[in-house]
Amino acid sequence: MNPFNFEKCGLTRRTLLGGAALGGATILSAPAWAGMVDLPLYGGGGERETTTSFPQKGEMILQRTRPPLLETPWETFDKGVFTPNDQFYVRWHWAGIPDSVNVDTFRLKVHGNVQQELSLSLSELIQKLPKIELAAVNQCSGNSRGFFNPRVPGAQWANGAMGNAKWTGVRLRDLLDSAGVKAGSVQVRFAGLEKPVIDGGPHFMKSLSIDHARDDDVIVAYAMNGEALPFLNGFPLRLIVPGWYATYWVKMLADIEVLDKPDDNFWTKKAYLIPDTPGANIKPGEKDVKMVPINRMVPRSFFTNLVSGAHIKASASNEVRGIAFGGDCGVAKVETSIDGGGNWQVAQLGPDEGKFGFRRWSTAITPSKVGDGVSVKVRCTNTNGEVQSDTPNWNPSGFMRNVIEVIDLVAA
Amino acid sequence: MQRFAQSLTILCAVTLLTGTADAKDAFDLKSESFDLPTGDRTFIGAGADPVNNNCLTCHSAEMVMVQPKLSKANWEGIVKKMINVYKAPVPDEDVGPIIEYLSNHPTAGR
Repeated sequence: MNPFNFEKCGLTRRTLLGGAALGGATILSAPAWAGMVDLPLYGGGGERETTTSFPQKGEMILQRTRPPLLETPWETFDKGVFTPNDQFYVRWHWAGIPDSVNVDTFRLKVHGNVQQELSLSLSELIQKLPKIELAAVNQCSGNSRGFFNPRVPGAQWANGAMGNAKWTGVRLRDLLDSAGVKAGSVQVRFAGLEKPVIDGGPHFMKSLSIDHARDDDVIVAYAMNGEALPFLNGFPLRLIVPGWYATYWVKMLADIEVLDKPDDNFWTKKAYLIPDTPGANIKPGEKDVKMVPINRMVPRSFFTNLVSGAHIKASASNEVRGIAFGGDCGVAKVETSIDGGGNWQVAQLGPDEGKFGFRRWSTAITPSKVGDGVSVKVRCTNTNGEVQSDTPNWNPSGFMRNVIEVIDLVAA
Repeated sequence: MQRFAQSLTILCAVTLLTGTADAKDAFDLKSESFDLPTGDRTFIGAGADPVNNNCLTCHSAEMVMVQPKLSKANWEGIVKKMINVYKAPVPDEDVGPIIEYLSNHPTAGR
């Protein structure tokens, strides 16, 4: 139920733009209201439609149609540590997403403070540079924003603005070295094919320090889980910045610019800022806080096979399982507690598919009698020794939530 | 020394870029073209016109409608950001009514 009583007027982008398909495979959007979900956001307001109207996507939770914000349905995360491409979440800043990408004429430019500018075709990039494969979690800076208390404006995500994939691509460093980075370079700036809808609006661009850009793990990916990237996840190329929030993972990457002075573009300098405090945590209303660009991710762990209110068996062993990730490093351990956090038991971990990816965890719980309520907490400690906190963080942008998750189960 | 190491890397990489394709590394990408839905909802009720006329140019309505309860100052900040940062060409006379409409309508989240 929505108090705004929306009206539908049946526009598609094609009719708005008056354009025609440019060839290649065209998938027409069909109006499809697959169903509803009620995300358990803080204080309510989590009713959302689900949709199957987006190209290459199965059923997704609709947060916004244009530009698309699509959340991964939570059940997906119980099926495996790799999030399927057709249910991987989607988040765009501008609605100026191209209608088509021609893989024969597409070029990736490397320019700026370099010895030789490059303009690479996709086949050159794929065939002539060493291939790198790695698993990494891509998580929106504002994943879980809808759980903030007090609530804050922005996309009202539950926990599904994240996903883990195996990314295949080439090292950014190899591209930079091919162009020859000149002395005095400080940052590398990335831009995709996404365009502002309004003249003069800030083109979406993000930058990394030159040292970070030359890191072993930063890649330009042309494949996701062994297939071409879905259009809405950045086809044909996406920057992969393992361990860092998704805002840096520029989609439809087409332009790499080496800078000899710090990037002062809006998206790097003024957007996606966090309080420079532990856990990006401040008190609501706190003023004069030093702000810095969001950066590395922090550890998280989730329940995937049970939700609060679920019934489990009394006097029997019940599997409780989920996923965890270390943030900017691996998972050292996952622990659960059934006494409110007094005692913690180490959970079993599934196979290590790469330190930046999801890790399966599981444990068993045996309630003694019918009617027993069991409150279960889960926490992840990463390989840097960083552990999730029992106290939620708060900041006005709703970034970097990583509080310990709790579910309340009933023995029946 | 560091400079020497970097030149070596450049040489190797340039060689890689000019080398011949290795069939086993071939990964086929096909040209794609898509039609994205645009969102077919409009704001209704008293005062909805300036919201429909301005806000829906850049984004569909759904996310606005599920914002938590925000103060008028919050909404004013959001509308001003759309205008000043994202360059939304909102006529001066529509700014106040848009803020008014958004602040007075109950939103879904609280």
